[in-house]
Amino acid sequence: MQWGSWAEFWAMGGYGLYVWGSFAVTFVCMAGEMAGLIVGERAARARHGDAS
Amino acid sequence: MSAINWFKYSSPHSFYPLAGRMVPWFLVAAALLGVTGLYVAFFVAPTDFQQGESYRIIFIHVPAAWMSMFIYLVMAAWAGAGLVFNTRLSGMMARALAPTGAMFTFLALWTGALWGKPTWGTWWVWDARLTSELILLFLYIGFLSLTAAIEDDRRADRAGAILALVGVVNIPIIYFSVVWWNTLHQGASVSLKSAPKMATTMLLGMLLMALAFWMYSIAAAMLRVRSIIREREPRAATED
Repeated sequence: MQWGSWAEFWAMGGYGLYVWGSFAVTFVCMAGEMAGLIVGERAARARHGDAS
Repeated sequence: MSAINWFKYSSPHSFYPLAGRMVPWFLVAAALLGVTGLYVAFFVAPTDFQQGESYRIIFIHVPAAWMSMFIYLVMAAWAGAGLVFNTRLSGMMARALAPTGAMFTFLALWTGALWGKPTWGTWWVWDARLTSELILLFLYIGFLSLTAAIEDDRRADRAGAILALVGVVNIPIIYFSVVWWNTLHQGASVSLKSAPKMATTMLLGMLLMALAFWMYSIAAAMLRVRSIIREREPRAATED
C-alpha cells in the first residue's frame, strides 16, 4: 500500500483530474454499451416468453 | 482431428444460442480480470519516477489502443471471409464488432489526450501516431455510416467489407508510426523482440486490463450479433 490516506489516493499526486477523467470516461463508455446491449437482450427474451 | 463441426456454427441459426451461452462466461472473466487489473494498477504498481502518478493512465490507454487495432483486424477478417465465402454470419460479425472497436478507438484518443496534457503540455499534436489513430476512428465511423446507409443488408455487408479491407493498411501505419517517423509519442513499451521497458508489476497490470477488455469485447460482440440476427433473421433467433 503506497497511499497514506484516501485523500492522497484520490489526489493521484496532483494528477487526479487526468487519471480519474480517463478511468471514469472509460468505465462510463463500457458500462453504457453493455447496459444497452443487455436491455435489448432482456427485451427480446421477454418477447419470446423464455425466462432463461 | 477436431470432433467439432465448426461449419455448423457458421449459420446464424446455430450460432445464435451459442453466442447467448458464451456471454455470461466472458462477462464474468472480464469482471474478474478487470478488478484484479485495477487492484494491481492502483495498489501494487509503483509510482513512476519520471511521470509520478499520471502514468497510471497507461493501464487503460494501452489496452484500449491495442483493442482498437485488434478489433479492426478481426472485423476486416470477418468482412473478408464474408466476401470470399458469401456466408451471412460473417457480415453480421463484422457489423457487431464495429461499434465496440470505435468505442475503444475513442477511449485510446481520450485517455491519450488526458495523459498528453500533463506529460507533453498539450492535449493533441498532429503526430504520426495520434493522426493515424484518429484516421482509425474515421474508418470505424465510415464503416458504420456506410453499412447503416444501405437498405439491403447483404449489399451493405459487401460495401462495408470493401471499406474495412482497404482500411487495414492503416493498422501497420499506426503500429509502426513511432518507428517510421520521429514522433512525440513514445515507442512501444512492450514488444516481442525485447524485454519490456517497464516494471514487472506495471506490465502485469497492463496485461490484466488488456485481457479484461478483450473478454469484454467478445461479450459485447456476441450480444450485438444476437440482436442483429433477431433483426435480420427472426426465425433463426431461437435458443435451441
